Amino acid sequence: MQLSDLRGHKHYSDRAFTGLALAAAGLVVLILGMIAVTMTRRAWPAFGVTFFSSTRWSAADELYGALPFIWGTLYTSAIAIAIAVPVSLGVALFITQVAPPWLKRPMVSLIDLLAVVPSVVFGLWGVLVLSQHFGLGRSFLTAGIILGVMIIPIITSLAREVIETTPASDKEAALALGATRWEMIRASVLPHSKGGLVGAVMLGLGRAMGETIAAALVIGSAIGQITVNPLAPGNSMPAVIANEWGEADGPHKAALIALAVALFVITIAVNLIATSIVQRSMKRSRGA
Amino acid sequence: MYKTIAVSTLALCIAACGGKPDDGGGKSAPLVKEAPGADTADRAVSGRVTLNASGSTFQKPYQEVSIEDFTKANPAVKINYGGGGSGKGRQDLADQVVDFAGADSPYKDADLAKNKGGEVLYFPVLLGAITLSYNLDGVARLQLSPETIAKIFQRDVKQWNDPAIAADNPGVTLPDTDIIVAHRSDGSGTTDNFTRYLDKTAGTTWKLKTGSTVEWPADTQAGNGNPGVAQIVKSTRGAIGYVDLSDAKASQLAFAQVKNQAGKYVAPSSASASAAGDGIEVKANLLFSALDPKGDAAYPITYQSWVIVYAKQPDHAKGTALKAYLKYLVTDGQAQLASLDFAALPRGLADQAVAQLDKLVVP
Repeated sequence: MQLSDLRGHKHYSDRAFTGLALAAAGLVVLILGMIAVTMTRRAWPAFGVTFFSSTRWSAADELYGALPFIWGTLYTSAIAIAIAVPVSLGVALFITQVAPPWLKRPMVSLIDLLAVVPSVVFGLWGVLVLSQHFGLGRSFLTAGIILGVMIIPIITSLAREVIETTPASDKEAALALGATRWEMIRASVLPHSKGGLVGAVMLGLGRAMGETIAAALVIGSAIGQITVNPLAPGNSMPAVIANEWGEADGPHKAALIALAVALFVITIAVNLIATSIVQRSMKRSRGA
Repeated sequence: MYKTIAVSTLALCIAACGGKPDDGGGKSAPLVKEAPGADTADRAVSGRVTLNASGSTFQKPYQEVSIEDFTKANPAVKINYGGGGSGKGRQDLADQVVDFAGADSPYKDADLAKNKGGEVLYFPVLLGAITLSYNLDGVARLQLSPETIAKIFQRDVKQWNDPAIAADNPGVTLPDTDIIVAHRSDGSGTTDNFTRYLDKTAGTTWKLKTGSTVEWPADTQAGNGNPGVAQIVKSTRGAIGYVDLSDAKASQLAFAQVKNQAGKYVAPSSASASAAGDGIEVKANLLFSALDPKGDAAYPITYQSWVIVYAKQPDHAKGTALKAYLKYLVTDGQAQLASLDFAALPRGLADQAVAQLDKLVVP
C-alpha cells in the first residue's frame, strides 16, 4: 500500500520533471531559432555581394562592406589563440602533472578567478597599461593580447579536466619504461587528451571572436583597415556593432544587424566543430 | 519564501509603476490643467507619474540637473533620462517605448511615417560648442580656418608647421611636431555636426562627407565618447581632436579659435555659442541648424539639441507632467546652462518654444 503510493507519486513527479526538462530544452532551440529568423529578416536589405566583398564601410554612401571587420575578428582571435594556447596548456600541465598537491587547489581557484573578471575591466586595463604604458597603442595586437588573457582561464580549466582523465595506468606504464616526466606527458597524456584539448581551444576561440566591450576599447576603431601589421588600428565585428548602434538608423542599422548575423553564424560553426571534436575524443577515451 | 518575494515585488510594482493615477482615468473634459488635489495648488502636477526618456548624450548633463530641480518642486513626478545616443532616442520614441526623446538632429522625412504615435513636436533646449582641442607645447593661442581644419582631419596636412596652419597664425612659431588626429570611435551626433560644419564651410576641400560615423583615414586615433577623445588629446603630444566644450574644459585642454562666417577668429565659450544662436534662421517647426551662423562674436561650430515628443499625448497624467517639464526646460532651466558650459537658447527662440507648448494636446 505504502509502496504503491510512493510509486504513484514518483510517477507524477517523473512526468512533471520530464515535461519541465523538455520545455527547457525546447525553449533554447526556440530562442535560437527566433534570433536567427528575426535578425536575418531585419538584416536582409544589407546582405548582398558588396557586404562580403567591399572593404568600404560608409554610412554617407550607404555602402557597407564587412570584410575589414571579418578580417579584424579573425586576426585578433588568431593572435589571442597564439598567446593563450601555450600558456593555458602549460598551466594545465603544471597543475595536473607537476604542482605539489598543496599548490594545486590555490592555482585552480586563481585561474577560475581570472574567468570571472568582467570583460570591461580587461578592456580598461588594456587601454591604461598596454596601449598607454607599454605604447602598443590601440591596435590589432593590443586587442589580441587582451582577448588572449581573457580566454586563458577557459582553455586552462577545460584542458585541466581533459588531462586529468588520462588513466593512471597509462602514465605509470610510461614511467615504468624509464620515461622522464616530459616524455611521459608526450607519450601518454597528450595523445590521450588531444581531442579534448582541441575542443577547449575551439571554445576559447568562440569566446574571443564574440568578445565585444574589451575589443571595442582597445582595437582602435579604424574603418576599412585590412593589414597584417599588428600595430595598426583595426576593428572587429562585435566592436563595430557596439560602437555604431546608438546613432545608426535605416540601412546602417540593417548593416549592423547583418554583421551580427554573420558573427552568429561564424561562432555557431566554431562551437559545433568544438562539440563534435570533444564528443569524438570522449568516445575514444571511453573505449581506451 | 520565493513566492512571498515575488508577490511583494508585484505589489510594489502595482503601487509604484501604475500608469494611471486615480484622477486621470475617467475625466473626459479637455484642458484640465489643475488636477484635483488637497495640497497641490502651487504644483503643476499631482498624482504619481513616471516619465521615461532616452537619446542624446550631448544634452544629458542638462537633463540630469533639470530632472533633479524639477522633481524637487514636483515630488510626484519621476523622470528617467537614459542617454544612448540620438539615434536610439528617435527609435525609442518611434516605437513608443519612451515618453520623450533627446536628439541633436531631427527625424529624416522618410522615417517620420514610421512613428507609431503620429505627429511629433521639436522643442529646442540648448546650444553647445564643439571645440578643436589640441596638445602642443609652446603654442598658447591657435587659430584655424575651416579649410585648414578639413585638411588636418583628412590628413592632407600632417605637421604642425605646415604652411596652411601658419597662414592662419601669422607671427606664431609652430613646431615641426607630427599631427595626431583624434576622433570618435562610436557613432555620434558630435561627429555628425562636426562633419556637417566642414562640409558646409569647406565643401571643396572636405572629402569625408557627413554622418554619425565617417571613413576616417586609418592613421588616426579613435576614442570612445567625448571623454575618450579628450583623453587621447590630453595624453598625446601633437594631438588634435573635436571635443564638446564641457568635456574639453573638464580635461583642461587648450582649444583653438575658429574663423567664423564674418571672418573673425572666435574662441568657444558659452557666450560665443549663445551669440551663434542669434544668427540662425528657425523654421516654423522650430528646426534649425546653429552651424556656421552669422555675427562677429558667434562661434561657428555650434550645435543644438531638441526634446522630441508626440503632439497628441495618450495619457492625461503623463501628458500634464511632460508639458510642465518641457516648460521648465525652455524657461527656468535655461539659467543653468552656462554653468554646464552649454549656451541658453536665444530669447526669441525660447519664446517660440513656450508658444509651441500649446500644440501639445493632453487628453
